[in-house]
Amino acid sequence: MEPAVAYVRTEEAPKLAAPANLVGWRGWVLANLFPNWKNGLLTIIAGLFLYWVLSNVLGWALFRAVWTGENRDACAVEGVGACWPFVQAKFLQWIYGFYPIDQRWRVNICFLVGGAALVPMLMPSAPHKIWNALFLLVVFPLIVFILLTGGHFALPLSTFAGVAALLAIAAALLPLSVYGIEEGIQKARINLVLAGVGIVVWIASFLMNFGTVPTPIGVMSVGKSVATLLFFASGGLAIVQLMADRNLGALSVLRGWLIVALALFLAMLLLKIDFGLEPVETSQWGGLLVTLVVAITGIVFSLPLGILLALGRRSNMPIVKYFSISFIEIWRGVPLITVLFMASVMLPLFLPPGVNFDKLTRALIATAIFASAYMAEVVRGGLQAIPRGQFEAAQALGLSYWNMMSLIVLPQALKIVIPGIVNSFISLFKDTTLVAVIGLFDLLGIVVAGFADSKWASPQTAPTGYFSAALIFWVFCFGMSRYSQFIERRLNTGHKR
Amino acid sequence: MSAAEGSSLEPRVSFWNDPNTRSYAVQAIMVLALVALGYELYANASVNLARLGKTFGYDFWYKSAGFDILQSLIPYTSSSSYGTAIIVGFLNTILVAVLGIFLATVIGFLVGIMRLSKNWLIAKIATVYVELIRNIPLFLQILIWYGAVLKPLPGPKQALNVGGFYLSNRGLNMPSPVFDSGAWLGLVGLIAGIVGAIILRRWARARQMATGQPFPYIWGGFGLVIFLPIIGLLVAGWPVSWDTPKLGAFNFSGGATIIPEFIALLFALSVYTASFIAEIVRAGIQAVSHGQTEAASALGLRAGLTTRLVTVPQAMRIIIPPLANQYLNLTKNSSLAVAIAYPDLVAMGGTVLNQTGKAIEVVLIWMVVYLSLSLLTSSFMNWFNSRMKLVER
Repeated sequence: MEPAVAYVRTEEAPKLAAPANLVGWRGWVLANLFPNWKNGLLTIIAGLFLYWVLSNVLGWALFRAVWTGENRDACAVEGVGACWPFVQAKFLQWIYGFYPIDQRWRVNICFLVGGAALVPMLMPSAPHKIWNALFLLVVFPLIVFILLTGGHFALPLSTFAGVAALLAIAAALLPLSVYGIEEGIQKARINLVLAGVGIVVWIASFLMNFGTVPTPIGVMSVGKSVATLLFFASGGLAIVQLMADRNLGALSVLRGWLIVALALFLAMLLLKIDFGLEPVETSQWGGLLVTLVVAITGIVFSLPLGILLALGRRSNMPIVKYFSISFIEIWRGVPLITVLFMASVMLPLFLPPGVNFDKLTRALIATAIFASAYMAEVVRGGLQAIPRGQFEAAQALGLSYWNMMSLIVLPQALKIVIPGIVNSFISLFKDTTLVAVIGLFDLLGIVVAGFADSKWASPQTAPTGYFSAALIFWVFCFGMSRYSQFIERRLNTGHKR
Repeated sequence: MSAAEGSSLEPRVSFWNDPNTRSYAVQAIMVLALVALGYELYANASVNLARLGKTFGYDFWYKSAGFDILQSLIPYTSSSSYGTAIIVGFLNTILVAVLGIFLATVIGFLVGIMRLSKNWLIAKIATVYVELIRNIPLFLQILIWYGAVLKPLPGPKQALNVGGFYLSNRGLNMPSPVFDSGAWLGLVGLIAGIVGAIILRRWARARQMATGQPFPYIWGGFGLVIFLPIIGLLVAGWPVSWDTPKLGAFNFSGGATIIPEFIALLFALSVYTASFIAEIVRAGIQAVSHGQTEAASALGLRAGLTTRLVTVPQAMRIIIPPLANQYLNLTKNSSLAVAIAYPDLVAMGGTVLNQTGKAIEVVLIWMVVYLSLSLLTSSFMNWFNSRMKLVER
């Protein structure tokens, strides 16, 4: 049948393309750069500004720059830009400082091992995070310390004996933790009495001077040797008792004690052994090496200290609470520079006569204290974000305070604050530049020190040096802040409503 | 005590496991440890001080300092006392902190709003500013402003001249007003203008509340503050003359000079802090829910009014606490002045410390000053915060 009206369409009309000024690059430009005349004017002004900045910076850093040269003659020319040969000549010094050139491989090993351990730590999908963290926080610092300083420390045998005595006292107290305090006192009466007598004898030997006797580890006062023997007896008794008990808890506590004891002795042995490494004074360290050492030491020490302070701040015990609050607020309230000055001029006055730290150690102490106050606030933020129900559920299960914190609350809280921890590491990394004020040659310090080199003195030396230092710091900090944002996004997905 | 309780009441937990016992024990041990540490430090310090032949005390405060200071807000000569030098440093810290806070707030708000601009180029420039500036150490930025921007400027003879302002590597030389007798009328005019502006604002508010008629009190108040002092000075016959800087043999004489150290520190501090403030402002504005702006435009408010009356007041609640933190950071960071020898509290304290060897005393001064500044800022901000707080039923 013929259709009655000819103008009725039998098929869909073809889709017209969108207007050219709404799609493609033209549409984008119109929508984002010239939506109306005011915005268009702004765009033009901003564009001119951008052109001015870029042409100046690029002209200085690339087009007018000096690329080759042996000394200042190449750069001390009117109208030239950046003096890159200066950077080339000084670059290795910026990384290693005055570390002896034939020993730089030691620093390289530290960089390599640290990087190799850090990469899987930063990848959320990599397994064995706990072992990785343990390596980074305990084993790696030890390796770095021995490699960089050269090891071979004069640890006298009496230090080993002292540590052994402390471990023996700890062993004597193990039954208390296995059986609980009341039952433990019942069961371990003998070795507790022995340890107590030992402590009394030890204190007495400080107050009175007995004669000295030769012992297997050298000459010791009678009192101290008697006390040490008592400690060993009491610790040994406790261990025998626990082993005889075949109780699963007893064995696991004993294993923990054994691991700690072995680790301590291994660490002391490693520090004592002569690996044949040439000793390098910390005053010879410098450049990026010192920057990283200060920043990483700061963060490694500030984490545990910060966690303790944050827990203390939320404690119910008034003395612990107010101590934590005042510690945190005092160090957060003063600038890092005064803390560094304090460590460099005031700390030596408060140390026992004869005890002295080198400059680097003093700076490390200052940054560790300063960073832990900030870390405490970061961790507190995480603790406050954990719902009360988690604490209450843990208590209802009968967990002790430390079990509740270490098994239930802290794992959740620390996970939340990973971005915060990375951010405080970024500020710490930037703050390490301040150690130059107390005479250490960190990356910035050594760059600035290079300006005084008459071989390279030219009007462009300082700007080039500052530019390169800024670039290096920027690459580190920007990378870390990107990482922190990545982690934040990853953590967010689980809790999005 | 616990034995007496135990006899009358069955003890529910054993003595050793009682949380009270444990908490007392822990705190007692902590007090003992702190006391022991304190005693140890005190004993070491007294032994060391005696060994070095020093004593503790602030008797150096009144002794003559014997050094000059680049910039001073109060009369100071090299024969003034160490105490005066430290006060000069303190005032310089306050000066750079106050101006820095003002400048950082202006730049920070500007950049923060730019980051939210619909104009792609503007938003990107603001993003690059923030990401660039906050990832470079402030210490380095101060050195860059000082060593790579201001120091390479031409000397006084070739100084850049913009309308009587001379910018050279000696700093900024500019005309300074000299007030003759009769200038007090200008001051009276200024005070009258400020009081008038406050009264005008109250009246405008009251009228708007009563009748709904708005009055442009911002422009009105501005006019009062500017024109009343001018009228006062005109009545007195304009007793103001300008002392312009003149180029001498080596340097400028006359006028006022802003030292390059101050300019470098001020710019570095405000540019750096502004990058953090910009992020705070952006986050604050983004946190105001979109429904608020939609409701405002449904009520017929123009975009400018929506921003001023709806978005900003709500964003401010979120912005203020971190903003206070940044102000405090800026004040503390002003201590980096020591890098370029701007005479602030830390630099002056350091000089005094070097000359007198009074380490503990000077460090104590630093701590007391900075801690009081942080306490002051945080209490002011708490007060401000409670005023801005959401009033809920």
